[in-house]
Parts: sequence; structure tokens; C-alpha cells
Amino acid sequence: MSTAQATAPAFDSQGKLGNEERVEEAMHGFVREFGVTAALHMESCVRCGMCAEACHFYLATGEAKYTPVYKLEPFRKAYKREMGPFAPIYRLLNLASKVTIEELENWQELIYDSCTMCGRCTMVCPMGIDIAELVKEARHGMFRAGLIPERLALMDRTAKAWSSPATPAEDLPDIVEEIAEEHGVEIPCDLEKADYLVTVAPAELGDHTKALADAAKIMNKLGLSWTMHQEGFDASNIGFIDGDTDLQERLTRNIIDTAIKIGAHTVILPECGHAYGAARWEAARWYGHQLPVRIIHMTEFLAEVIGRGDLKVKPIGETGTFHDPCQMVRRGGLEAAPRIVMKALGIDLHELKDTGNLGFCCGGGGGVVSNQRATPLRYKVFEMKMRQVDDTGAKRFITSCGQCRITLDMGAKHFNWDKRPESLLEMVADNLAD
Amino acid sequence: MDLLDFARGPAIEFSLAVFVLGTIWRLAAVLLLPRRGDLSKAREGAPSRVSGAMGTVFRRMWPNKAFIHRTIFTTLNSYVFHLGLAIVVFGFVPHIQFIHGLFGVSWPGLPTNFIYGVGVITLVSLFAALARRLFHPVGRLLSGVSDYISWFMTAAPVLTGLLATSHLGARYETLLAIHILSVAAFFIWFPFGKLMHAFLFVFSRGATGARFSHRGVNV
Ligand code: SF4
Ligand code: SF4
Repeated sequence: MSTAQATAPAFDSQGKLGNEERVEEAMHGFVREFGVTAALHMESCVRCGMCAEACHFYLATGEAKYTPVYKLEPFRKAYKREMGPFAPIYRLLNLASKVTIEELENWQELIYDSCTMCGRCTMVCPMGIDIAELVKEARHGMFRAGLIPERLALMDRTAKAWSSPATPAEDLPDIVEEIAEEHGVEIPCDLEKADYLVTVAPAELGDHTKALADAAKIMNKLGLSWTMHQEGFDASNIGFIDGDTDLQERLTRNIIDTAIKIGAHTVILPECGHAYGAARWEAARWYGHQLPVRIIHMTEFLAEVIGRGDLKVKPIGETGTFHDPCQMVRRGGLEAAPRIVMKALGIDLHELKDTGNLGFCCGGGGGVVSNQRATPLRYKVFEMKMRQVDDTGAKRFITSCGQCRITLDMGAKHFNWDKRPESLLEMVADNLAD
Repeated sequence: MDLLDFARGPAIEFSLAVFVLGTIWRLAAVLLLPRRGDLSKAREGAPSRVSGAMGTVFRRMWPNKAFIHRTIFTTLNSYVFHLGLAIVVFGFVPHIQFIHGLFGVSWPGLPTNFIYGVGVITLVSLFAALARRLFHPVGRLLSGVSDYISWFMTAAPVLTGLLATSHLGARYETLLAIHILSVAAFFIWFPFGKLMHAFLFVFSRGATGARFSHRGVNV
């Protein structure tokens, strides 16, 4: 099998590295932090192809190149040749040729445009291979090689300068003040001490300002000591998505260090799946020990305060269906939390055919939503979700990730769909009992 | 030394040595890599890493109903040839005698006719797996030389075993020698290709189980 047959050239490049250096950087970045699990998963594939049947990109297009494990092909080759248990034999007999720059360029589409790192393929793989995690490792290599989609590279550069891909840190107080005024709610910013540090995803300072205002409304109603802070406010973590591990560490530290500095015991993450993956499950690795602060997703927080009876909501009494954000549910373990909240809201939940840990991705995770090149592919995936939602016959379509919401919203507009995805947080805030 | 003596003696001994050493080497090379421990706080009520790992190792024995309608062929066919191979390898009396000679353990065998029937079904199932690899676009795309060698190394002992049992095509001693040589070839190839999944599956599934049970996800 040749790895040169992947796909039509659709790649961007950054920096001035020569071709050979790019290949070397990519491979080095891929294996840099290779541990037992990654190696086991590179070793165990039986090439059965079942993972294809779980991936929305394959299901939506029927194109074999979207088979999950195939997205790792150049990296698998390099692993065998450079690192695997029989690497010397592979090199001696030239059983795996060296990866070429053309292969890496061709694979950019498979690694960035057509993998949302949603992990659904792991659920079907008989070997339990965590392909999404390996794709993430591959992205570490691609970033170092300067071979990532330009849109993500732009966001990366911006986040390096601003600590957010959309908002300069020093502008935060003014923006927050405007949002507070617009929505008639108090939003504390840059307090020196607070129990809770509340963070956002970029959209909450742009298109989704209501979500931030609603978070504020709930925090204020609960009478909690909280603040936002310009030194650590954007939890979306583009480094987690684009493969820039240095930036991932920096953005993570911004948030955790700020929480520690202001004496917060809890960081509340926004309705954002990737923020949860980056902060809840990966942050501790940068610190070398368990974090001294608790990291909690907004939905988890709502489930807790509603469950304890601290926050009371009025029942809506309508039918609804729920889109499970992958990083929050399948890869994060928060399947129950949104259902607790919806139950409290009196939502008559009509589950999607594929739901919970087995739900389909919105098609925009892993930075695909920001990668305009992937738009046609994203729409194909959206059609699958749209059909499943329609099949439930539910009136409301709810989710708890702003990035999923943006992706689904774009799809809904494109297809003139009569439904729009709604935020669970906003639904709670709109139905607070007095 | 005739062909049969060679097959029974040096060939099978050499192949078993390669099998054992190669398998240990491949497992050790992977399992001795640095462990990147998960320092995040476990989800409240998460099981221990070991029970999380074991949970996934066992759960993956059964297909997930969310996928079964799309994976029915591969799933059923894989059950058939895995179970078939196990029955033929461990249920045929001469095989049990061979294992007894090596390790001193034995158990009651199954009737030869039954084993023969299972052998035929296994071979048909292996050919079906090959057809899928050759003709399904995903199978074709994923398959390389190593995958076809693994298929051949698995199918050859089944075929030669059936021929030897039915005394078809040559003298019995010659057929038996060829059968044993095909088994030797299987053992020699085992550590290098994907046949290793027979050992690796426990670790591979277990690692994922441990990773996600820590987060409160049953994968
Ligand atoms: S399902 Fe798992 S074992 Fe099968 S081809 Fe995909 S990654 Fe490999
Ligand atoms: S992680 Fe999701 S998008 Fe990526 S290959 Fe697997 S199923 Fe497809």
C-alpha cells in the first residue's frame, strides 16, 4: 500500500523550514512524548477497518480515505521505521520507506480537516485504540513542521499575542463592562480575591455574549464570590487543538496560576468541550502533580447547584433532544450532568438515535469549525445530525458546548433548517425560579 | 533425517524459539517505554485503573449494538474464524498430544469428524476475510503486504491440516510434514506482524479502559 495516494493537495504551510527539516520535526514532534499507551495503540491495529463505520466523515462521504486509522498512515510508517520494536530490521531491509514531505502535505487534510478528535472510532475498535489521541500526537508533529491549516495558524499566532484567539487580554475589562451593560447584569472582573474564577470561550465575548451574561446572572443569584480575570480568561485553548504544546501549556498556566493567585478554589469552564479536555484532564501534566484547584464544566456546576437545591428552576415542559459534545461526554465523562439539568427543567427528553458516549460529533470539533477549507465536509456531517434530530420529533434542540452550537448553527442556516441549537446554560438562566 | 523428522524436530523447535523470544522482545519494547501517568484528579466514584482496564478488556469481547448493523460481517466472521481456530488447535486429539509432549498437560479431545467440519468452516471464513480485504475499499486501503502474509500464515496450517487429515494430494507423512512446517512458519511470523494482537489486545484495550474509566467514561 502506498501512502502517497491520500488526497488532492489541500495544505498550508508556515515558517521557513526546508522539506527535510519539516519531515524530521513532524516525526520528532509525534514521538516526543510517546509513552506506553501510544506505542501499544500503534502496535495493536489489526487493519480490520471497523473504525471507518464509526467515523462521521466516512459515513457522510463513503470515502475510504476517511477511515480513522488511515489518517495516521505516515506516522505509522515512521513509527515502525524509527521507533518500533523491530525498527532496525525495518531500516536494514527498507521495509518501510522514509516519510516524504509530499505525504505529510497530503495528510494535512486527513489530520486537520477530517478529524474532530471526537473519539467515536475508539468505541468500535476491537483493540480499543484511541485514535483521537494519536491524531493529537500527530498534530504535535505537524505543528512543529509548520504544516497546519492557515486558519488555525492564525488563531495560534493571535493567542500567543493576546492569550486568546479573539480578544486581547487587556481589553477584557472593557468588553465585560459592555456585555454587563447590554444585558443588565453585574460581571466582576479582575477582583483580587474570589472563590470562583469564571472563564469563557471566544464566542462568549463575541456572538454568544448572552451565555456569559447568563453565567453571571446565575453566579450572582447564588451569591457566590467570583470574578473573571484578564490574566486567565479564555479556556478554549487553541494549543490543545492545533498541536502547539508550548502554547497549550502557557494558556493552561494562565488559568490555573490566576486561580491560585486570587485564592479561588474552583475554576468554572464555559460551555466548551475542548476547554474541558484541556483543563480538566490535561492541565495537571504541566504542573507535575494534582491541581490545587477544582476544574469544573459549567454544565457540571449547574447539575451540582440544582441537585443540591441551591438553584431552583421553573419547568419548561416541552420536548427536547440533546447533542452530546464529544470532549465533554465521550472523552470527558459528563453524560449524566446535562440530563440532570434537563430533568430539572422539565424537558421531556427524546434521545437521539446515537446518544451519550455514542453520539455523533457536530462535525466542528478539533478546530474543524474554524477551518473554512473543511466547510463542505462539515455540512455533509451536519446533515446526519439534522436527520437524527428530526427523527426524534422533539421541539427544542439543546447542547452545552458553544463550539458545537456554532457548528450546528452554521449547518442549520446553510440548510434553512427550522431548528436552531440552544444553550443549556441559557435555558437555565431564562427559567430561574424567583 | 526425513522431512517429517525435520519438521517435528529442528523446524518446530527453532520456530518456537523465535516465537517466544520475538514475542517477549516486542512486548518488552513497548511495555518498558516510559509511562505517562495521569495526574488529573479522578472522577468521583471512578474505579481503580486496573478494574477500569479489565472492564474494557471484557466489554470489547462483545460488539456494541450501536455499530453492529454496520459491522455485522466483520464481527460475525471474526468470531467464526477465531473460535474455529481455537477449537481446531485445542480440540484435535493429535494437537493435544503434541501440546502434552511439550508442556505435560492434556485434556479430552473432540471427535475428528467434528474437528474436520470446524476446520472447513474456519477455512471458508478465512477466505471470506481475505475477500473483504481485497474487495472492500476500506479493507483494500488498509491492507499491506504484512497483512496478507499474516492471512497466509493463518490459513496455511488450516488448509494443510485438513489435507493431512483427509490424506489428500500426497503421502500422509509428507502432508503431515508440510502441515507442521506451515505451523512452524506461523510461529516464526507471529511476533513480527499483526498476529501479535493475540497478546496485545489485552494491553491495548486495557490502556484505553484505564484512561477513560479515570474520567468516568465506560468505553
Ligand atoms: S478498528 Fe481498530 S483495529 Fe480495526 S482498523 Fe481501525 S484502528 Fe485498526
Ligand atoms: S476521532 Fe472522530 S473524527 Fe477522528 S477519526 Fe475518530 S471518529 Fe473520525
